Amino acid sequence: MSLLRLTNISRVFGKLVALQNVELEMEEGRLYAVIGPNGAGKTTLFNLISGFFPATSGEIWFDGRQINRVPAADRVALGLVRTFQITEVFPELSVFENVRIGVEAEARCSTRPWPGGALIRQINERVEELLETTGLGAQAGRIVSELAHGDQRVVEVTMALSRRPKLLLLDEPTAGMGQEETAHMVRLIRDLHVRQQQSILFIEHDMDLVFGIADRITVLNYGKVLATGTPRDVAADPLVQAAYLGEAAA
Amino acid sequence: MSRRIYVNGAVWLLLLTAALWLPLIGGYMALASRVLVYALAAMGLNLLLGFTGCMSFGEAAYFGLGGYGTGLFLTHLTHSTVLAVVAGTIVGGLAAFLFGPLVMRRRGIYFAMITVAIGQIFYFIAERWNSFTGGEDGLAGFSRQPLHLGFATVPLDAVAFYYFVLFFFAIGAGVIALLLHSPLGHTFIAIRENRRRAQFLGIHVERYVWASFAIAGVIAGLAGALNALQNNFISPINLYWVESGNLVIMAVLGGMRSFWGPLVGAIIFVGIQDYVSSYFPNNWETFIGGLFIVAVIFFPNGILGIVRWRMKAA
Repeated sequence: MSLLRLTNISRVFGKLVALQNVELEMEEGRLYAVIGPNGAGKTTLFNLISGFFPATSGEIWFDGRQINRVPAADRVALGLVRTFQITEVFPELSVFENVRIGVEAEARCSTRPWPGGALIRQINERVEELLETTGLGAQAGRIVSELAHGDQRVVEVTMALSRRPKLLLLDEPTAGMGQEETAHMVRLIRDLHVRQQQSILFIEHDMDLVFGIADRITVLNYGKVLATGTPRDVAADPLVQAAYLGEAAA
Repeated sequence: MSRRIYVNGAVWLLLLTAALWLPLIGGYMALASRVLVYALAAMGLNLLLGFTGCMSFGEAAYFGLGGYGTGLFLTHLTHSTVLAVVAGTIVGGLAAFLFGPLVMRRRGIYFAMITVAIGQIFYFIAERWNSFTGGEDGLAGFSRQPLHLGFATVPLDAVAFYYFVLFFFAIGAGVIALLLHSPLGHTFIAIRENRRRAQFLGIHVERYVWASFAIAGVIAGLAGALNALQNNFISPINLYWVESGNLVIMAVLGGMRSFWGPLVGAIIFVGIQDYVSSYFPNNWETFIGGLFIVAVIFFPNGILGIVRWRMKAA
């Protein structure tokens, strides 16, 4: 059974057709990339999957359930957790506190006004474990808004992991990063995939990066799926070459 | 960590010993009680304003309802001052709980407007319902009754009443402090910091805004109950939007990111009101307004914001 399946998904904003009859299917444990030029509908696709806004038509299936009408916050509990293209963190809180919010939500204790000592210890241990996983342990006490851009993005990924996602959605995880930061993020994504069999669906702009790590790739262009397949198949596809290199190359 | 213990210790020590030092600097106990009453209401509001990030401009509704609850309870039902306080707290809290679903989906200025609107509804009800609330003349004819402690009966004169207020202030402040260090409080702060991120971590933001609104209402109700006992009187003015604005000014002036900010704001506000109005009875508000403008422009994090900033720089 596939983990995520989109059937015939469309999204229309007024007269703009942002996505048209998109099909996408992803198995558990995969590292799957969606690429495409600017305005191809990649982020719109993420917004539909994560419940930011509803699809105009088509169905979204996740983990055996049709989730078209499930609110965004509930999709997280089902195991669908995302990051954003423009970093979304809790800027004035420390790295530790940022991750703790997610851990507390995962422990279903966010509503507790007076937690016991055992619960607090359990939460703190889990936060530290997550910070070790993503290499933020040394920065735990720092205020997030004072961190470098790349580290802020790692914080966001760590927060997403705190909800133990069945599927981690990363919206351009390396956006705005320098070479070194990008290498770190790529290593992190690959580690999560290889060591923890984390299923990851990510959007990326940088072709080299995508072809280096993804199992499968879907290429979007003008809201339509241009090609889907292994990196090798996609790279060889004449339609993809045309979209990326211009009509002349076709 | 240890600095926080010193600060808290100093605050509580000063509050506990107020009867000893306040007269030496020209203050009087009724003034101190007023400060605590407004500080408590502003601290409740600040849970919503400073820690959940919701611009409530209608907190006077629950403050005033707490007062009417207490006043009417003492008039019609009981002679127990403590029970009357409990009743007022419940009335204020219950109203906030019931109106929470109306406000929880609104954001920013829309949140502010709807909270004002709800407050004004209660204001007009209190002003028009002469037979029950005393109308625009307010509700008089009740007074705080001596406390029966079993072994003794304590009349609530100015000094005793101050400690009576301090007792409830301590409960209210203690509840807020515990809350802010709990998962629930962490979640409120997360919503202030970034609603979208909170939502996409699986947090049902609206439910938490509702909870924060209701808790702020309980605290405002408690403060309003104490206010009614302080004056042995309650009038629609306590429900009016200007009163809500006063609470916002106190929180912002003192520092809405700080736990004790609203207390500092209440000291300044009530102090200026008392002192300046004896010289300029008709325009003491000009002083508050001027100070508020200066604070918002130059110290957006309030008086305690400056203190914290200087300590960091040092």
